[in-house]
Amino acid sequence: MHDHDHDDHGSELSDTQLRVRALETILTEKGYVDPAALDAIVEAYETKIGPRNGARVVAKAWTDPAFKAALLQDASKAIATLGHFSRVGDHLVAVENTPQRHNVIVCTLCSCYPWEMLGLPPVWYKASPYRSRTVKDPRGVLKDFGVTLPQTTEIRVWDSTAETRFLVLPMQPAGTEGWSEEQLAEIVTRDSMIGTGLPTVTK
Amino acid sequence: MNGVHDMGGMDGFGKVEVEANEPTFHEAWEGRVMAMVRAMGANAGFNIDMQRFSRESIPPATYLAASYYQKWFLGLVKTLLDNKLVGADEISAGHALRAGAALPRGPFEKKDVTRIMTRGSFYRDAAQPPKFKVGDKVRARNINPTTHTRLPRYVRGHVGTVELLHGSQVFPDTQAHLRGENPQWLYTVVFSGRDLWGEDSDPTVKVSVDAFEPYLEPAP
Repeated sequence: MHDHDHDDHGSELSDTQLRVRALETILTEKGYVDPAALDAIVEAYETKIGPRNGARVVAKAWTDPAFKAALLQDASKAIATLGHFSRVGDHLVAVENTPQRHNVIVCTLCSCYPWEMLGLPPVWYKASPYRSRTVKDPRGVLKDFGVTLPQTTEIRVWDSTAETRFLVLPMQPAGTEGWSEEQLAEIVTRDSMIGTGLPTVTK
Repeated sequence: MNGVHDMGGMDGFGKVEVEANEPTFHEAWEGRVMAMVRAMGANAGFNIDMQRFSRESIPPATYLAASYYQKWFLGLVKTLLDNKLVGADEISAGHALRAGAALPRGPFEKKDVTRIMTRGSFYRDAAQPPKFKVGDKVRARNINPTTHTRLPRYVRGHVGTVELLHGSQVFPDTQAHLRGENPQWLYTVVFSGRDLWGEDSDPTVKVSVDAFEPYLEPAP
């Protein structure tokens, strides 16, 4: 135990830190977990599992019409054909943005999110403002992200209330025709696959 | 349960605050909590629905004030206590006071990490064929269980259209309370924004939920 002065170290955060450390000690001493295995889980989410996985899928869909058709038909099955970089479970659905329809993904009840495609969700996705407003005022939420769509575009919100996970297939930006899959993957942002952003061409 | 977690359509939480270049974890303890939840979930056999219910059961004022991983931590402690894998005296003491129980899948070790990186399947064989088909009009039932459910309040009583049929899957409402997987057909049901939010709301909005068959009834 540390002999901290509570005036300096008694914040809620350090209290949480101490309680979390104590719980890990308990679980380790009781033989439930090996801390090295916990390290490996943390490392996987910090280094291997992130939005690059989803970006590669989107870029492939933009360049390969057969893959795109398969992805929209059954995303889990289509992505399984791409090999080990993107291991997904059985319940992924890809939804396509068109000039007529823009898709936005939310989980009003908590934080359901396609981890294998996008990594762990950002804080805003799990926080009350996004969870409460997206189903009622999606255009207002999009404005918070600096995204304004034509007034005639249908906004389709998908609330992830079961084990299905949704991935938005954004529209390929004009001027990127003929780009390689690798180049295209660079412009596919995390938010564009949630529906709160659009792919950005910065070059 | 009609908890504060069911926040679709609530007002007053303000603007969405986006952090540029957000790290995976803001503090090291967040990663430890996430890893402990995953590890214990996998090897102690805590199903995802009971873990969700443990977080939904956090008192509302605490729930709203806590950060995401603080909620996960509180939920994990509750689940460990409820399942008698850890004692309240051990939580107070900050270390183990007794030997651990045998976990269904044994201690969580490095060899287990790969297995949990792919989500399991929630598909289960159905006892009967689906009642609804794509295109059917359905009403979300006005149910208000005090137990776990995945039917959000904002669609209850409203009529929508079946858009997708996802197959038969584990039913969270029973699974969360260890009353069986009780497989049910799962549908994506889409509602018009105006039906949900009234005539003054944005006419271009459509909202869908994934709804299990017991949440739905035929709409004329």
